Amino acid sequence: MKLIFEKSVPGRGMAYLPACDVPTVSMPAGLERREKPKLPQISETDLSRHYTELNKQVHGVNCGFYPLGSCTMKYNPRIDEEMAALSGFTDIHPLAPKHTTEGCQEVLDTIRTALCEITGMDDMTFQPAAGAHGEFTGVLLIKQYHDARGDTKRKKIIVPDSAHGTNPATAAMCGFQVVNIPSAPDGCVDLDALKAVLGEDTAGLMLTNPNTVGIFDEHILEITRLVHEAGGLCYYDGANLNAVMGVVRPGDMGFDCVHLNLHKTFATPHGGGGPGAGAVGCKAKLAQFLPKSALMDGEEHVQVRGFAGNFLVVVKALTYILSLGREGIPEAAQNAVLNANYLMAKIKGTFTPAFDRICMHEFVLDLSKFKKETGVSALDVAKTLIDYGMHPPTMYFPMIVHEALMLEPTETESRETLDWAAEVFRELYALAQENPGYMHESPHHAQIGRPDEVRASRAPILRYQA
Amino acid sequence: MLYPADLKYSKTHEWVDVVSGVATVGISDFAQDALGDVVFVNLPAVGDEVVAGESFGDVESVKAVSDLICPVTGVVCAVNEELDDAPENLNKDPYGAWIIKVKDITDEEELLDAAAYEAFCAEEG
Amino acid sequence: MASYVPSTKEERQEMLYTVGVSDYRDLYRDVPAEMYLDGLNLPSGMSELEVRQKMTAMAAKNRVFPTVLRGAGAYDHYIPSIVKYIPAKEEFLTAYTPYQAEMSQGILQSIFEYQTDICELTGMDVSNASVYDGATAAAETAAMCRDRKRRVTLISGAAHPDVIQTVKTYCYGTGDELRTIPVKDGKTDLAAMKTLLTPDVASVYIQQPNFYGQFEDAEVIGQLVHENGSVYIMGCNPIALAIMKTPKDCGADIAVGEGQPLGMPLSYGGPYLGFMAATEKYMRKLPGRIVGQTVDSEGNRAFVLSLQAREQHIRREKASSNICSNEALCALTAGVYMAAMGPEGMAQAAKQSMAKAHYLAEALCAIDGVSLVYTGPFFHEFVTTMPKAEAVLEALEKAGILGGLPISEGILWCATEKVSKAELDRTAAIVKEVLNA
Repeated sequence: MKLIFEKSVPGRGMAYLPACDVPTVSMPAGLERREKPKLPQISETDLSRHYTELNKQVHGVNCGFYPLGSCTMKYNPRIDEEMAALSGFTDIHPLAPKHTTEGCQEVLDTIRTALCEITGMDDMTFQPAAGAHGEFTGVLLIKQYHDARGDTKRKKIIVPDSAHGTNPATAAMCGFQVVNIPSAPDGCVDLDALKAVLGEDTAGLMLTNPNTVGIFDEHILEITRLVHEAGGLCYYDGANLNAVMGVVRPGDMGFDCVHLNLHKTFATPHGGGGPGAGAVGCKAKLAQFLPKSALMDGEEHVQVRGFAGNFLVVVKALTYILSLGREGIPEAAQNAVLNANYLMAKIKGTFTPAFDRICMHEFVLDLSKFKKETGVSALDVAKTLIDYGMHPPTMYFPMIVHEALMLEPTETESRETLDWAAEVFRELYALAQENPGYMHESPHHAQIGRPDEVRASRAPILRYQA
Repeated sequence: MLYPADLKYSKTHEWVDVVSGVATVGISDFAQDALGDVVFVNLPAVGDEVVAGESFGDVESVKAVSDLICPVTGVVCAVNEELDDAPENLNKDPYGAWIIKVKDITDEEELLDAAAYEAFCAEEG
Repeated sequence: MASYVPSTKEERQEMLYTVGVSDYRDLYRDVPAEMYLDGLNLPSGMSELEVRQKMTAMAAKNRVFPTVLRGAGAYDHYIPSIVKYIPAKEEFLTAYTPYQAEMSQGILQSIFEYQTDICELTGMDVSNASVYDGATAAAETAAMCRDRKRRVTLISGAAHPDVIQTVKTYCYGTGDELRTIPVKDGKTDLAAMKTLLTPDVASVYIQQPNFYGQFEDAEVIGQLVHENGSVYIMGCNPIALAIMKTPKDCGADIAVGEGQPLGMPLSYGGPYLGFMAATEKYMRKLPGRIVGQTVDSEGNRAFVLSLQAREQHIRREKASSNICSNEALCALTAGVYMAAMGPEGMAQAAKQSMAKAHYLAEALCAIDGVSLVYTGPFFHEFVTTMPKAEAVLEALEKAGILGGLPISEGILWCATEKVSKAELDRTAAIVKEVLNA
């Protein structure tokens, strides 16, 4: 379809502003813009239709099943949106006097109390704008803690090889050397490998539990104890909290700080890639190192973003938490786990789970044997799913499983949807035996055929030019 | 898969050709095949010091990035700027599309001859 | 209690049976008994109606000011209605990052269009798909400019305090040095900057217009920065860019800024939008997602997430940034805003903001005891002296006016196209009344 710039007609457009009712002022000489920016000139009718047309070429959680592993694509309640659109929240200046923003304080205080209870932490900040940003904030807590004690020899952060790429990237941004440790055959932490790298240069460990293959590490207490004994701190990557919220708490597992993806676990929408919110919680001993805002709080302090973070996202998450409450939160986790296990049980017999055992909220299929037999790759399967109106699972992650497809159905899917998804997977398994060539060229009925990514990277076109 | 006999190879899949004290470095046919379509090469600058066994740049494919490991220690005296616009040359002609030339060589990694390298690749592949 | 779990009690029991367990506890068999929770200490869940009442009551405890004369990094511009409706469409709203291009062309194209808008505004060649906000845009950019030989970052002391503090924090992370350039007469002190420009300076960050609303000598600064071989980063107000010389024309290598004025409400500080654009030379160093145009298997135009080898999921600890989620929906919002306003509308918003700020400055400075602290040319913010500042702001507040922000140098005022002459006159009258009392 046409770009908005290709629909632009000089002179077209809307006048949304009244005439200026004060004397005009010219830009000082030498500071004027040389030529006008070539922004679209378009009527509101055409603008509305343009985006409506684009919106039709988007698959949202509202469109259909979205089992994207590690991304927790659960249903996003609309009441959350409506509450975040209240004028009493949207029209508040971040630097308005405190006595005029008591409602915002109440939002932050209420959700802080709830999330500290859910995570077993003592304090929490809402300044980080996303999960990776929360990781950065959390690992900075660890850095400040050691620095404040003059413990400057701690230069290493331990990260399992199954970790999400943000973990090592975060550790590097905090000036730490990354020590990758191999996972045990069951995807959990290899205790011997961990012991071998622990020492007086250990700053901390970054871990998610359940881990990136969807298994709860039963040795978690020993892991955190070993790290603490070496003088390090334990960072909990909250990407997978949806499996265990209300069931078990990172604080009780021995973690010192944690980030939460409010846009995964607490049902705020992903918006095509953001905004998220990466709340960071910590034990009392780290609370003094939580970030602040230079302008809002008036102190020289660590700060990771302007003002108080993605406040409206926090409003949505609070609405969700109040809706679910003490019963609904563990219920969501339990059914996320049940749905994952149910779907795995239904798919089993065709595609092979990488770990054939009870999983948490997600599971990984290992298609390496299937690929050897049929020539059909995980990518081919994923692309064929698109023709069925199903968003593909996460592909080729975690890296410790070859030809991986990672499925996370979430708790908000019905049994019928899971049965249908399993049926689709069975059909694709059969199709791969009969007509692998068809699958190499999938999708066949999507918005576009497979894009030429090599061309996109070799000769980048990153903007429209007339 | 080609393994020209007049070149030496590193275990990290670079080839090197030393002529009158200047080492020309590229990546092997085996390496380009494993990488897939190369989309970009991060090159060092002329005058940069490079160290044997350490990275001097990297090559990007669509979904991966691999360090280029320098087989020799010395000073970069030329870079193949054609690769900026035509990274695909590394795929098309890995032994023609050199990446850097290094002078003032003071150290060299343990390198394999073509036969030994071919055997090494057979094991890896 | 609202539950979004569709399955009934009976269905759940049957599903447990299919899985081969008898109850939920059995699903959590790997969780050690000593940490298995016996319930959360939280209130019970609520119906949607009750939640609505509770949240609405919280919102009502905030004071919405009909007139806003406070900016300092968050600006109250007019947002056309259409700008609110489009990002609320359920597909745009609930989709994930467009990794699967074949079912995400709508998002990808909207970001490609946003990238084009940002390039047009800044004069730059390439833009990324957004970062968290203006402060992190500055910090991420400074990080990407550091190399083995040049590690020091310079930042103007006239930049936004939250930006300075955020850049400082990112520098603390990697153990790099940040030097602040002193401020003279409300602008970056050029003489002081010259002495700070040493061979180890990787980049210099200047804000235009700066925190005090003053225009910097952006071109002169650019020349000095380039003479030193450093990278020139300009943080810009995107509304001002509709009429102000572009960062490209000022010699900047990279332009960043807070995109909130492009259609996002004040929202107590977020979600906002960090924009980032650069000359072609820095294309492959930019952090975050970038959408590129290519063709599909049929040869038709298609859009994809491109140049991914820069990013953390491939480069891991060698990536210059860990950014993953960005502010895509805010970028969409900004795209809709810029298309709705068009070049003419944005220029109007900029001109009127500037005109109204100057009108307000003149009206305030006509009052005894009030004068401009900095006398250089300014955009839509300015600092005045203000006797009885507390009483003045309180009186304004009573009249429904959020007055300027008290800072150590005086009061930092801001006006946008949204405030009318009548509101500005009323503001001046109230200030006069308090000061003459």
